[in-house]
Amino acid sequence: MTEKNLVTAIRDTLHDEMAADDRIVLIGQDVGARGGVFKVSEGFMTEFGEQRVVDAPLAESGIVGVAIGMALHGLLPIAEIEFADFIHPAFDQILSEASRMRYRTNGDWGCPLVIRAPCGGGIHGALYHSQSIEAFYSHIPGVKVVMPSTPADAAGLLHTAIADPDPVLFLEHKKCYRLIKGDVPDAPQTTPIGLADVKREGTDLTVVSYGYELHRCLDAAARLEEDEGIHAEVVDVRTLAPLDMETILASVRKTARAMVVYEDNRTYGAGAEIAATIAERAMFDLDAPIVRIGGPDIPAMPFAAALEHYYMEPEPDHIFVGMRDLAHF
Amino acid sequence: MEDLTAGAAPPASGIDPGRIELYRLMARLRAFEKRAYDLFLQNLVKGTSHLGLGQEAIAAAYGVAMRADDYTFCTYRGHDHTLARGVPMAPVMAELLGREGGLMGGKGGSMHLTSVAHGMMGSYAIVGAHLPIAAGAAWSAQVRGSGQVAVCFFGDGATNIGAFHEALNLAAVWRLPVVFVCENNLYMEYTPIEAVTAVKHPAADRASAYGLESILVDGNDADAMLDVARSTIGRARDGEGPSLVEAVTYRHGGHSRADPAKYRPESEVQEWFARDPVLLYRTALEAAGAPTELFTAIEADADREVDEATEIATASPRPSVSIIDRDVWSDGGSAWRN
Ligand SMILES: Cc1ncc(C[n+]2csc(CCOP(=O)(O)OP(=O)(O)O)c2C)c(N)n1
Ligand SMILES: [Mg+2]
Repeated sequence: MTEKNLVTAIRDTLHDEMAADDRIVLIGQDVGARGGVFKVSEGFMTEFGEQRVVDAPLAESGIVGVAIGMALHGLLPIAEIEFADFIHPAFDQILSEASRMRYRTNGDWGCPLVIRAPCGGGIHGALYHSQSIEAFYSHIPGVKVVMPSTPADAAGLLHTAIADPDPVLFLEHKKCYRLIKGDVPDAPQTTPIGLADVKREGTDLTVVSYGYELHRCLDAAARLEEDEGIHAEVVDVRTLAPLDMETILASVRKTARAMVVYEDNRTYGAGAEIAATIAERAMFDLDAPIVRIGGPDIPAMPFAAALEHYYMEPEPDHIFVGMRDLAHF
Repeated sequence: MEDLTAGAAPPASGIDPGRIELYRLMARLRAFEKRAYDLFLQNLVKGTSHLGLGQEAIAAAYGVAMRADDYTFCTYRGHDHTLARGVPMAPVMAELLGREGGLMGGKGGSMHLTSVAHGMMGSYAIVGAHLPIAAGAAWSAQVRGSGQVAVCFFGDGATNIGAFHEALNLAAVWRLPVVFVCENNLYMEYTPIEAVTAVKHPAADRASAYGLESILVDGNDADAMLDVARSTIGRARDGEGPSLVEAVTYRHGGHSRADPAKYRPESEVQEWFARDPVLLYRTALEAAGAPTELFTAIEADADREVDEATEIATASPRPSVSIIDRDVWSDGGSAWRN
């Protein structure tokens, strides 16, 4: 075990995977000589060569398209998008091409592609460096969407994503990069895609979350226990598509109260899918209506610090208040 | 546009007043960007920002050559382009600080300056996105017969994304009154543009693909820039269609404020600093007979203007969170549904 922050866990895993399998190719803007905007691939170009660490032109559609072509022909490409906000020129390649390849070839051809994208707010990125994009892509059958919130999960899920025979969108919350530290096993880990993780056990209510919000939920749960003796169970979905509803439902059936928390703007977000499935499958186990907490329905993260703070961590803490109210319902 | 030539000292006789106006504007942009950098260092500006230090001649030349009702579209590196349209410094500075008195009330910040009233149609942070939009504005001007011209600035990196090629083609097909200005500062963020581009001159070498003249200009030579700005805008206004200009320049600092720009060879940096556009232009104007006092006065004016703007901006309150969900739709926006 070694203690690392989230971005180092990703860096180390990427490095070890590339060292172990020369089919892996990293492609993206500034990933080579510079080592990426967040220095995830620093030194990789020297170590693995320019054939495997490719500085791409400013053309996301091209980057993802080329990666799809590589994936179809024996390589294991990892495309890096500098910020998730810039992925959309490649939406068509992901939606119309990568996701359908296996289906339309009746299973003959798969697309073992990983797309890494740093996402989320809280770093003063303003309108175009703060976006949550998971809902758009989780809606696409054929694409897997992963979003680890701890260094160990990041390492385990990246390892699995690279080995996965299907396209995986690997989302990394930028605010967690250096803020979140934790022990990471030294040997490669296999964390299954499609398996949620109970990050804190409890009996009074279930809180389902992911990304940076997961940490805010854990923090609120600790305070709730200290202040009021209420025991919240916190489930980290880790994978948005496919979604592990069994773990979520098992927890909800135990606590009879459910809350979903996510940073993305609320309407049509991941929380809607989770809440609807809880309602469909565990309605009669519930003692209270499902609570859904998401970001405000605004088109982008505003710049001013006061506004961003209000988006990310409103006061009073709506997660803490929401948990307490739900427990007392 | 406000009269940017107004100042303490009169221009020297015998020199084209447009040149003095251009120098004055460049000096103002330089003073503003230096202050913006200082404010970052003092941690008064949160987040990132992309300065135009070293690239002033391009935005300023077009600023001088444009008509008050023309349209500007630019990138996240857009402080200069915004000021060059006559937007006052104080609201721009306040926007960098995320204050209520900012150009967009603090919602946008450094990368997203917009002032429709000044024809400043936006600083765009999705690289390439604004080229087709500028073409659309030009289309509108053409249909309305307004004689307006759209000028669209972008970096060398932007020439490799699809939107660039789409916009160039349709602007040429429809002979739109739009001028595309590529500010080639040799780097796409941290990567030399030549390492990721099929041709030596990312814009000029591609002009022929759209039936356009190849225009390559020294972006640090203010006089040359002014000539190109006047001729390309003139062509567009006269119904002769779009132009694609490649202005070669260099940024003094890193890509954004967190970037020390260590990837650039020291000799290259030295070479370009010696060709600083503000310095070069001052030397040229002095050689043409402009007195030293003129420059002293211009620089003092610029410093005073920046001081005043900083004072107003820092005194402006932080925005109320009540604006966060306003202006989502024309009817005011969504009430929070949480
Ligand atoms: C579609 C898109 N992809 C990636 C980025 C991230 N990014 C911001 S600026 C930049 C480099 C742009 O270089 P250039 O066009 O030369 O402009 P410069 O910054 O040099 O003025 C990149 C890759 C972005 N903003 N938009
Ligand atoms: Mg550039």
